[in-house]
Amino acid sequence: MRYITDRKRATGRGSARSGTEHHWYMQASAVGLAFLVPWFVYCVGRALTLPYGDAWYLLMQPYVSIPMGLAVFVGMRHFAKGATMMIEDYTRGTWRKALVIAALSLSYAVTAVGLYALIVITLKA
Amino acid sequence: MADTTKHPDRHPRPLSPFMLGTYYRLQLTSFTSILTRITGNGLIVGTILIVWWMFAMTQGGAYYDLVNGIVHSWPGEVVLTLSLWAVWYHYLAGLRHLWFDAGRGLDLPTAEMLGWGLIVGSFLLTFLTFLVI
Repeated sequence: MRYITDRKRATGRGSARSGTEHHWYMQASAVGLAFLVPWFVYCVGRALTLPYGDAWYLLMQPYVSIPMGLAVFVGMRHFAKGATMMIEDYTRGTWRKALVIAALSLSYAVTAVGLYALIVITLKA
Repeated sequence: MADTTKHPDRHPRPLSPFMLGTYYRLQLTSFTSILTRITGNGLIVGTILIVWWMFAMTQGGAYYDLVNGIVHSWPGEVVLTLSLWAVWYHYLAGLRHLWFDAGRGLDLPTAEMLGWGLIVGSFLLTFLTFLVI
């Protein structure tokens, strides 16, 4: 055990090249979502105002379902990372681990259900 | 991040402190920043509601009627309307974040103007969405 600070231990060894990974992912996914989200909002907004059959017909169009599936997938990855960051800011220890796992599980579950629904709507015409 | 709570000989790492209101005067820039986090994380509620509604579509029948009823009930409409505002707020705040990350717009007058832009713009886009759909 050398009695030096973590900072001293790290200085001069170069960067780990992974420290900015989270920030870069959020930037990249944000640009993707900037294109996907307005279309997602419009399509969901339209579908919610339509009767069952018409909403189904709208959501089964490939130019609707494909971008919507992408928006759910990328949006939930963006959420998973953002929620993880929030949890890491405000909690520690076992609570932190439990909440991060819960946030990750929730975002994967929402992704799975969303993609399932869009695929079924497309195929069960 | 390393968990240091198991090492009592070390100081526990500081958590991100809740500075707003208690230590710092609430400013437009800090207020619009924390609101980005709140809207982003809060959007999970509206997302779950919409995905649940699409899932109910695949099930059809009484299950769809039940979920569709919940979505179109007044609490459901409130959640959806708040989510719509939240998505536009978070959208504009994200664009501002990218602009800030590029090292631009950080001088005080521009930052203040962008803050007002987020607030006004988010309400404007919410209103516009209702017109379009």
